[in-house]
Amino acid sequence: MALITSSKSQSAYDVIIVGSGAGGAQMAYTLCLGGLKCVMLEAGRNYQPALETPMFQRPDQAPLRGLPTPDKNFGFFDSTIDGGWQVPGEPYTQASEKKEEQFHWWRPRMLGGRTNHWGRISLRNGPYDFKPRSRDGLGLDWPISYVDVDPYYTKVEMLIGVYGTNSGLENTPDSPAGVLLPPPKGRAAELLSQKFGKKLGVPFLSIHRAILTRPLDAETIPARLHPNNPWAQRIVADSMRARAACFWATDCGRGCSTGANYQSTTVHIPPALATGNLDIIPNAHAREVLVNAEGKATGVLYIDKTTGQEQRVSARVVVLAASSGETVRILLNSRGGRGLANSSGLVGKYIMDTVGTNVSGQIPLLENCPPYNEDGAGGSHFYAPWWLYQNQAAGKMDFARGYHIEMGGSRKMPNGSNPVPDDLIQGLYGTKLKEAARRYYGSLVSYSCRGEMIPNKSSFCELDPTLKDKWGIPVLRWHWKWSEQELNQVAHARKTFSELIESMGGTVSKNASDKPLEFIEPGGKVIHEVGGAIMGESAKDSVCNSWNRTWDVKNLFISDGAPFASNSDKNPTLTIMALSWRAADHILEEARRGNL
Amino acid sequence: MNTPNSNRLSRRAVFQWFAATAAALSAGEAALFGAESPLLQSAKPPASTGYGTDPELLRAYKPGELWPLTFNPVQKACVVALCDVLLPADHLGPSASSLGVPEFVDEWVSAPYPVQQEDRPLILEGLAWMVSEAASRFQREVPALEAAQLEALCESVCQPERVRAGFKNAARFFHKMRGLAMGAYFSTPAGWAAIGYVGNTPLAKFDGPPAEVLGKLGVEQTVE
Repeated sequence: MALITSSKSQSAYDVIIVGSGAGGAQMAYTLCLGGLKCVMLEAGRNYQPALETPMFQRPDQAPLRGLPTPDKNFGFFDSTIDGGWQVPGEPYTQASEKKEEQFHWWRPRMLGGRTNHWGRISLRNGPYDFKPRSRDGLGLDWPISYVDVDPYYTKVEMLIGVYGTNSGLENTPDSPAGVLLPPPKGRAAELLSQKFGKKLGVPFLSIHRAILTRPLDAETIPARLHPNNPWAQRIVADSMRARAACFWATDCGRGCSTGANYQSTTVHIPPALATGNLDIIPNAHAREVLVNAEGKATGVLYIDKTTGQEQRVSARVVVLAASSGETVRILLNSRGGRGLANSSGLVGKYIMDTVGTNVSGQIPLLENCPPYNEDGAGGSHFYAPWWLYQNQAAGKMDFARGYHIEMGGSRKMPNGSNPVPDDLIQGLYGTKLKEAARRYYGSLVSYSCRGEMIPNKSSFCELDPTLKDKWGIPVLRWHWKWSEQELNQVAHARKTFSELIESMGGTVSKNASDKPLEFIEPGGKVIHEVGGAIMGESAKDSVCNSWNRTWDVKNLFISDGAPFASNSDKNPTLTIMALSWRAADHILEEARRGNL
Repeated sequence: MNTPNSNRLSRRAVFQWFAATAAALSAGEAALFGAESPLLQSAKPPASTGYGTDPELLRAYKPGELWPLTFNPVQKACVVALCDVLLPADHLGPSASSLGVPEFVDEWVSAPYPVQQEDRPLILEGLAWMVSEAASRFQREVPALEAAQLEALCESVCQPERVRAGFKNAARFFHKMRGLAMGAYFSTPAGWAAIGYVGNTPLAKFDGPPAEVLGKLGVEQTVE
């Protein structure tokens, strides 16, 4: 079994997995090592990081110095291919013409999906994050608790490799001793933020990111991940040995040819393929889940994009992990558009993104530093977890949920855009301009709010009543609305970041707007959309049960962000993987019992 | 200040200078921006597509490879002159024109993407303004301007709040060109050296800022 075309697929599999990103690839990894025969459908092409990643290519070797275009929205060298904010021939629509009520949908079309370019930020949800409604009366509780997910967070961290430090801070869980890899040293702007943040009560410390700061321990980790399964241990050990440690250069958004960071194409999919239990069909765009008269899933109908023909593949279990939006679309398009697993009417409902806003500034202390290498681990080393839980619990704040702070600020590679803001170089040209660029380079900092959005009834997606994509599949129409909760949160973040910059003696860059509804990142722009098939306690008030299994269709599981009942400030990827592994263990157990 | 290095023009270019100067002068300063000037015959880029959503990422590209370029010798000479007065050869590194910055600007105005197409008229009109100013103020073609004369052109547009009414668009052109030129210049190895970027090279370990920097900032390394 291996990478195949439609014509080479088996007549039936144990499990069909739609999607190859964090959720789908984790599912394939666990099921294949557990002995089930799986087929993975990926809407994009095959993608091979070892052969395709532009590692040391410079901006001056790229078209337009590598700057973003409608073809490559995050720049020429970003790993995302055949997608972005728009996918040619595959539109989506907005229910409202108002900018603040629109949703932006990022869709790569490639093996590994967004895991190829993501920020690698890997934060655990804390205990509060699974029971937010119990804590403040807003939003929805999950039917599971932190203790249910904790062991899976640990397994995922050991498998993919996550650097970071245990802080012991409230609702910011520690990992067991020895699980996290050593964090990288702080950069100048990060250490400065840490020093001055402390004075404001903001705890900057090592972030958790899925990057190998040293090689994974292939001698001991596989046995801890797969006890009593020497065959799986050997495969996983081989896969771990194939990954190199970070060499402290190149931006992780390009992907990594040496496997030093996590992307499903270098971490989950190779061992899954090595089991011989996985077929992958690229260019296979899933259209609907097929069901029989008894309401059980029997397979998936997909478009073979290489021929434009409809194809079917059959299995005992179907797992959707196509990204929350695409999973919703498949469910709504199933049964000839009558929808599937939707007796609650909640498929597509409660879509959440991360709350974002950004403030930048210039710090005179950081000017005129002598040149030195600050590339580091291809992304952030420090962040600040949310620090005001107690104030919220005491009713002292005008928003209920927290945000963490991600920061930028380093002597990173100039990327083709003007490295110095115009207001710092007014009137300058010639040697004075070059001297100013050298003076100010490295003195710019930026802070980003990454906050929790509370699910609301006005943020959802549904099938557009008329528009179809080029394959004839009805497309999604998005509805979006921020509540006062999110707007108050970004107002607080902006005030905090400005105070922080000023406390360092810096100047806050001018902002285009003072209105939260204008400076909040538009819906979808942080690319953390989750929800749409939430998990819950009963079939009446949710789509999935606590095992990511749909209430209505017993052999249909969802293992991307769609089952999230809340979207804490913690980036969703690690939780998607942990829940996917947990759901996969459940599928294996059910298969052993003959329940599937 | 160095004089531009491409001041030897072909016969064809010389002819184009005459035509360009005559057209610019007859159009008049105020009509250069947004006008149907004969200088802007190529205001619309040739029809072409971009590099697509799945380009080859591992090879090096050169301006002109993916879409046809725009500049005629007159325009090219103006861009070279301006880029080199913005970012000259000096103790921090070579001139902009020696690092391919003018070719990048040509690639930029010729690109079949919305941002670049929006910049295109401003830049082409700004180049015509340079021709016109050189002729009316100094009775010279742009490549023949002395350093002080080029600087005088810059002085009249480089301070946004002090620019006189008729030069507002020229000032926008200047700032657009300065931003593009800086981006292009500092994304080359020589530009990295000029700005003080060190990196894009594999390391066995990451040490963080040196002691000298930590001392200057008054911080300690807090990660072992």
